[in-house]
Amino acid sequence: MDTFVQQLINGLTIGAIYALIALGYTMVYGILRLINFAHGDIYMVGAFVGYFLAFQLGFAVGPSLLGLSVVLIGSMIAAALVGMAIERFAYRPIRKYARMTTLITAIGVSLLIENLFVAKLGAAPRAFPQLLQERSYTLFGNAAISKSQILIFAVSVALMLLLQWVIFKTKVGTAMRAVSFNLNSAKLMGINTDFIISFTFALGSALAAAGGVLTAQYNPQIDPLMGIITGLKAFVAAVLGGIGNIPGAVLGGLLIGIAETFVVGYGQNVGVPTTFRDAVAFAILILVLLFRPTGLLGSTVQEKV
Amino acid sequence: MKRILLSLGLIATFLFALACERKGGPGAGGQTGTIVIGYYGDLSGRTSNFGQSTKAGVEMAADEINKAGGIDGRQIQILSEDDEGRPEKAATVVTKLIDQDRVVALLGEVASGNTLAAAPKAQAAKVPMISPSSTNPAVTQVGDYISRVCFIDPFQGAVMAQFAANTLKAKKAAIMLDFNSPYSRGLTEFFEASFKKLGGTIVDKQSYTQGDRDYKGQLTAIRSKNPDVIYVPGYYGEVGVIAKQAKQLDIKAPMLGGDGWDSTQLWDLGGDALNGDFISNHYSVDDPSPAIQKFVADYKARNGNVPDALAALGYDAMKVLADAIKRAGTTEGPKLKDAIAATKGFVGVTGTISLDKDRNAVKPAVVLKLQDKKYIYQETIYPEGMTAPVSAPATTPATSSTSPAAAPASPLTKGDKPAPPAKVASPAAATKKAAATPQ
Repeated sequence: MDTFVQQLINGLTIGAIYALIALGYTMVYGILRLINFAHGDIYMVGAFVGYFLAFQLGFAVGPSLLGLSVVLIGSMIAAALVGMAIERFAYRPIRKYARMTTLITAIGVSLLIENLFVAKLGAAPRAFPQLLQERSYTLFGNAAISKSQILIFAVSVALMLLLQWVIFKTKVGTAMRAVSFNLNSAKLMGINTDFIISFTFALGSALAAAGGVLTAQYNPQIDPLMGIITGLKAFVAAVLGGIGNIPGAVLGGLLIGIAETFVVGYGQNVGVPTTFRDAVAFAILILVLLFRPTGLLGSTVQEKV
Repeated sequence: MKRILLSLGLIATFLFALACERKGGPGAGGQTGTIVIGYYGDLSGRTSNFGQSTKAGVEMAADEINKAGGIDGRQIQILSEDDEGRPEKAATVVTKLIDQDRVVALLGEVASGNTLAAAPKAQAAKVPMISPSSTNPAVTQVGDYISRVCFIDPFQGAVMAQFAANTLKAKKAAIMLDFNSPYSRGLTEFFEASFKKLGGTIVDKQSYTQGDRDYKGQLTAIRSKNPDVIYVPGYYGEVGVIAKQAKQLDIKAPMLGGDGWDSTQLWDLGGDALNGDFISNHYSVDDPSPAIQKFVADYKARNGNVPDALAALGYDAMKVLADAIKRAGTTEGPKLKDAIAATKGFVGVTGTISLDKDRNAVKPAVVLKLQDKKYIYQETIYPEGMTAPVSAPATTPATSSTSPAAAPASPLTKGDKPAPPAKVASPAAATKKAAATPQ
């Protein structure tokens, strides 16, 4: 029983990270119908900005709450700027062309960021400094929850609530929803759509960067290619929940995280090797696309001709 | 017309390139002038600490030889190539070193998987290759041009099984292995066999792959089996994180590992979660023998950090190679490989090196305890039929006594050690981090 609860906690922890990244995929898709493949790399950029901030500002010497907050917020701001720059210089100039053009550009941007980082910093993993005094709390029996897990849950829930508030209670959020319904009509209503799109990229990128810094507290190893698999799984999570649907992205992220952990934890009992963990996420993607192409929470909207 | 001109131009370029090629590199198989030796290793990838340390050791040895007048008056030149820690790249750079740079011998790699990819190229080209630290048995089975200056995994795995069963009195062990690494799979196999022979049971076996980011699923499963020790025969990049996540899960059983842990980055990743773990390794920097202390001091002066075992093995590999070239009196592949294989009783930093008929070094291993960014010497374990030389770390203050005594049932002869050092107190419980429970 305590092992089961422990695996559930483990799964929810990585699921929360997937959810944070999946939100960015789903928001951009909701507004531009674009799958931003560079999003996984923004997660990596966030982790690296956090790494350099921690060393530059002298927070790497030991755990401190101030250091953690500054590094977290600093990397979120930096990633937001990077996300906006990518949108401004890579996607905006070609927005009027076929959707495939943007998709291929997104893959190109992703490769560009990865290889730029490899060229500048090397592919060797770096150790992210410990900013949180690690400690684990026993829940019952053997089940324990660590401080970094609590941090991941707390920060991701706070950010998701904040996102919900921005989207449903603010003017810019209303405009975002309007743009996601129809970009041209929104423009006719006097909404500055370029600004809204830019803002959406900033929001999604900040969430991914938060995911990057939080993961680095849980698993201190960061490298320029860390965003590839994590980004792909977050994308699967967004599709699983119903791409374009915000609660769906969170649900999808948590489900993928739990599924993955359970494959590792219990797969051996039923003859599935632990190394199949990554395969499971993609098997889920195929199944979802076969039986419920719109995802778990996605709505079936008839496209008008 | 244009097309003809273009073709002619291309042919001219090609011929020119061929002419350059013919002249050959600086080595060119000549028996005078500079001796060109190729080094390949991971200088920028996931295991770059390994490659960098080994390279520093190799270069230091080459410089020492050159300062002392070279080999029979011929200077050594080391050409380094980066394989980024990828087997396919290792094969490519070794081909380049052989075909283009015409090296007379090769030194490398650390990770067995990479050496295994490169070795067939050296074998086919009849260029002798010495691996400083690849411990998988298959490496030298590639062919008679491949040898190594380190012990092999059947021995290393058995050393840790012995230490776990005899010193830590562990009965139940769990294993967490790197599924895609020949090194990790080999160690797992030999640890398992020896540990079972010594009366222990393997209660759980979990696997991960290099580059995984989360290990809690496996660790939680292991925790539910309540092992006395956890054997993690991986490389430092993953092991550091595994140790950290094990601590987050409040796992108190000590982790045991091999030489793949030895790297400064291990501590950046794992921090104090590593305290109380044990590894088997090739040498100990705490060894008071003058030869080792001189090496440690010289290396520190040159590179600014303490040499890990990989640096020491790189150094020894270069010295063994130089010794073989001197004895062979030539750098021709067939003669040189025979001279390398005939290495007997060569006194290196990592012990006395004698190659057996399979061109593997027969050497003792040391067990080190990890504590506060230090590797504390525990004991020396000798292979069968080998006795402790007087200069062996038997006199290290940390240990009580290590006089070899034959253990007939085992493939090893372990240093007889009735009372383990104070640092490993209460081995029966085999728990660590007793003070690290929620403060």
